[in-house]
Amino acid sequence: MSVDLATVKRVARLARIAVSEEEASRMTGELNGILGFVEQLSEVNVEGVEPMTSVTPMQMRKREDVVNDGNKADAIVANAPATDRNFFQVPKVVE
Amino acid sequence: MTDLTRLTIAEAREKLSAKEITAVELTTAYIDAIEAANPSINAYVTTTPEKATAMAVKSDFRIANGEAGALEGIPLGIKDLFATEGVHTQACSHILDGFKPKYESTVTQNLWDAGAVMLGKLNMDEFAMGSSNESSYYGAVKNPWRAEGSNADLVPGGSSGGSAAAVAAFLCAGATATDTGGSIRQPAAFTGTVGIKPTYGRCSRWGIVAFASSLDQAGPIARDVRDAAILLKSMASVDAKDTTSVDLPVPDYEASLGQSLKGMRIGIPREYRVDGMPEEIEALWQQGIAWLKDAGAEIVDISLPHTKYALPAYYIVAPAEASSNLARYDGVRYGLRVDGKDIVDMYEKTRAAGFGKEVKRRIMIGTYVLSAGYYDAYYLQAQKVRTLIKRDFELAFNAGVDAILTPATPSSAFGIADEDLASDPVKMYLQDIFTVTVNMAGLPGLSVPAGLDHKGLPLSLQLIGKPFDEESLFKTAHVIEQAAGRFTPAKWW
Repeated sequence: MSVDLATVKRVARLARIAVSEEEASRMTGELNGILGFVEQLSEVNVEGVEPMTSVTPMQMRKREDVVNDGNKADAIVANAPATDRNFFQVPKVVE
Repeated sequence: MTDLTRLTIAEAREKLSAKEITAVELTTAYIDAIEAANPSINAYVTTTPEKATAMAVKSDFRIANGEAGALEGIPLGIKDLFATEGVHTQACSHILDGFKPKYESTVTQNLWDAGAVMLGKLNMDEFAMGSSNESSYYGAVKNPWRAEGSNADLVPGGSSGGSAAAVAAFLCAGATATDTGGSIRQPAAFTGTVGIKPTYGRCSRWGIVAFASSLDQAGPIARDVRDAAILLKSMASVDAKDTTSVDLPVPDYEASLGQSLKGMRIGIPREYRVDGMPEEIEALWQQGIAWLKDAGAEIVDISLPHTKYALPAYYIVAPAEASSNLARYDGVRYGLRVDGKDIVDMYEKTRAAGFGKEVKRRIMIGTYVLSAGYYDAYYLQAQKVRTLIKRDFELAFNAGVDAILTPATPSSAFGIADEDLASDPVKMYLQDIFTVTVNMAGLPGLSVPAGLDHKGLPLSLQLIGKPFDEESLFKTAHVIEQAAGRFTPAKWW
């Protein structure tokens, strides 16, 4: 499988990365190089093989369903580029 | 007076406890060394001398009171991927500009609890994506090693290039690092240092900036096998904040050094003999086999038939997980924001400006392979192949193999801005051909220096172990180290 310019632009849009025409065109070549490299996986017979979900057989540990953390609003917004009274500020999304 | 930065952790520990030196003296020696060398090496992206001195003062106090921890007064460098409270933590990316976490990663907290001293944060490939440290927003790191008779700058490997270079250039006593596809073992090999990626789940991933969560693991880079054993002992723990961390006791790894290899079976996988591999790498491998045989180990040929598929499967799984993990960098909660005409425009401009080329490339691949219509063909297929890769190892271990010996890298350190590697991303990816299988199977892997090539550059061997059997790796690596000796670069910086 290979990607064309339109697909690269669509994927960039999905990934929320702005790309110029020139970048999209360069990426098309690079992505096709990588996709060509991974293509060899299709020759592996995986009939009856389960996809890996965990490298070590482990039971997920669970904790009590209680509040054990919180009241850190100041710490949570401390690194944000724009805040107002412990809210993250973003450009207007509702007209 | 002898140069205190030349002491190994084990030697410094002895001198500190005998009160021949103080933690402040040791820390000051490193602070001075960093100040002098960092403009040439670029291993540190930020230094914390005041914090280091304050920590060393407390260490001296605890030593005087007989309350010394396992790493009391030992000055360490920390890869920029680990969250350190109030200190630069940016995964060497532009998109995390100004990020100073309000919390400490579990691994670094474990080190401070053991009495270690923080010297600063170490350079790395952006978001740990790379094999040369050239994708860092803070510029390339120079390898302390140069080819004989040459002034050309070489890469230290990656992604933990700053960690490896700092350890090799005596700019810290040891360093933290992380490994997703080879990022501890390959830079350790390029710099003549020892690096171990422990079993997945051995160290907590909490507070480590995530790249590919099913592959990422923390581990140390150190001057020798003993120091690596000392560091891993303090780094490893079970942690309620990382449900994939494993609740198994952490052994005293140092105690396994010096133990006999008699009765051990070392597997030699024929698939690691790849086309175009330099003769010197093959010779090094044979030398390693001979050393282990001399030490009483039994050498057995094994087959790991799915080896060649590990790298292509990795380049689906790792970018897929990365594209998901890196979705959080949206210009809202931390780091860089580039304003746009609406919120989507702001996201797109922020991510376009904040991520470097290699990171964008991997997010794009990951987004593509996870997108509707391609998931089964790529991601699901790769996860099935991963099951087969792990099964190869299980069959070998079930047949009585205790550890596996392979080369660590397909070459010695290459030049900074190598045109051949820069022009084709896949060529750079091939750097991880021997190391990536270990991450795919979640196993422990250790790289230990074993010799120099014809250019006088270090080469390493890799040992792969059973899950949670890091002790066998330390024991075996120690035998190789005893036979090969240690390798130190000639100082030019």
